[in-house]
Amino acid sequence: MNIVRIIFSYIIFPGFVFTAVVGLFLTWIDRKVTARIHWRVGPPWFQPYADFLKLLLKETMIPEGSSKTLFLLGPLLGLVGMSIFAVMLFNMNFNPSGSFVGDLIVIIYLLALPPIGIIIGGSASKNPLASVGASREMTLYFAYELPFLIALTSIILKAGGSIKFGEIILAQQAEGPFLYSISGVIAAVVIFLSIQAKLSFIPFDIPEAEQEIMAGPYIEYSGVALAIYKMTRAMMLFLLPLFLISVLWGGFANWWAILKLLLIIVLIILVKNTNPRLRIDQALKFFWVGIGTLSTIGLILAFYGL
Amino acid sequence: MGNAKLWGLKKSPWVFHLAAAPCNNCDIEILDLIAPRWDVERFGIVLIGSPRHADALLVTGVINRKTLPRVLRVYEQTPKPCLVIAIGACACSPNIFTPSYNVVGPYDKHMPVDVYIPGCPPKPETMIMGIIKALKRL
Ligand code: SF4
Repeated sequence: MNIVRIIFSYIIFPGFVFTAVVGLFLTWIDRKVTARIHWRVGPPWFQPYADFLKLLLKETMIPEGSSKTLFLLGPLLGLVGMSIFAVMLFNMNFNPSGSFVGDLIVIIYLLALPPIGIIIGGSASKNPLASVGASREMTLYFAYELPFLIALTSIILKAGGSIKFGEIILAQQAEGPFLYSISGVIAAVVIFLSIQAKLSFIPFDIPEAEQEIMAGPYIEYSGVALAIYKMTRAMMLFLLPLFLISVLWGGFANWWAILKLLLIIVLIILVKNTNPRLRIDQALKFFWVGIGTLSTIGLILAFYGL
Repeated sequence: MGNAKLWGLKKSPWVFHLAAAPCNNCDIEILDLIAPRWDVERFGIVLIGSPRHADALLVTGVINRKTLPRVLRVYEQTPKPCLVIAIGACACSPNIFTPSYNVVGPYDKHMPVDVYIPGCPPKPETMIMGIIKALKRL
C-alpha cells in the first residue's frame, strides 16, 4: 500500500503528470502575455498540449555520428530531477513537520540536473551550434549558481541555521514570511534573477539564442526527446516560482499562493519581454560582480538579523 | 491514434523557412506573417530555426544546380511527416528564369510538394489561406 502511494506521488500527483499539465498551462500564459505585449492575439489555450502531442507522435531522429545513449539520456535527466523536486516541494509544504527529510542541499543538486542534461545532450549531438550552446549553458550555470547559493545561505541563517526545508517553512509560519525584511527582499531579487537564468529566458537566453545559434543545445533534437525538453522547461516554469514562494513568502499551502504564483510568473514574463539579450561575458559579470555583491550584502544583513 | 496525430499536426505546424535563392521579397512577406498584423501564432504556427523541429518547410526561390543538394539535404533532415509548401511563383514554376542554364526546374520535380501558393510575391493573406486550406484537407 505504502509503495503504491509513493509511486503514485512520484508519477501522478504531485510528481510528473500534475506538474507537467500545470506547467504546460503556464507556458500558454507565457505565450499569451508575450503576444499581448507585442499587440498580437496569441495562441489558443490548448496550444502547448497540441505542440506536445504532435512532438510525441513525430519521428525521433538521432544524428549520424553522435553518441546515442548520451543523446537520449540528456532529456531524461532533467525530467527525473524535476519530478523528484516536485514531490519534495509539495510534501514539505503540506506536511512541514513530517518525517520526510528534505533539505536545501538535495534541492540544489536536483536543480542542477536540467542544465547538466542540456549540457550532456548538447555535447553529444555532434553539431557545432549545439556544442557552442552547451558551453554557454555551462558558463551561465556557474554564473547564476554563486549568487543563488549565497542567497540560500542567507535564508538558512534567517531560519536559525537549519537546512531542513520543513523547518524553514515552520519558521516562516511562526514569525511571518522572510520576505518582509531588507535581507529577505535582497534574497528574493537574487533568486528571481537566477530563476530567469535557470529558465533561460531573455535577458539570459544566451545558450539558445535563436538569432545566433538557432536553438543551441536542442538543435538536433526532434520528436519525443524534444517534447521531453519542452516539458522539463514547462515544469521548471511552475516549480521554480513555487520554490521562491516556499523559501521566502511563507509556503504555498493556502489559496493565496495561486495569486503569488501568477504574480511572479507575470513578472518573469515582463522582464523577459522588455529586455535585450546579454552576451555571455556580460551575464557572467552581471551575476558575479553586481548580483554577487548584492547577495553578499544580503548575507551580512541576515547575519545581523535585519 | 492516427486522429490524435493529425490533430496535433493540424493545430501546431512549426515551419522552417528554407530560402533557396529567392529575390528575398517572398521572405519579407513570410516574416510579415509572424508580425503583429497577421499573427499566425493564432493558428499555432511558429517560425523555428532548425529543420529538426519543423513540421512544414516553406520553400521560396528558384532552385538551381548549387542549391538543389542543400535543399534535398534539409528535406531529408526534417522528421516525417512534414509538409512542403512552395511559396511564390519562383517555387511553383521557375518563373521567368526557365530558359536559364542553371535552373533545374520547380520543386515538385525533386520532392513532393503539398501546397502551391502563387504570386510574386504572394500576399500574406494568400499564404494564410493556402496553409489553412492545406491543413483542412489533411
Ligand atoms: S516569386 Fe517573385 S518575389 Fe518571390 S522570390 Fe520569386 S521573384 Fe522574388
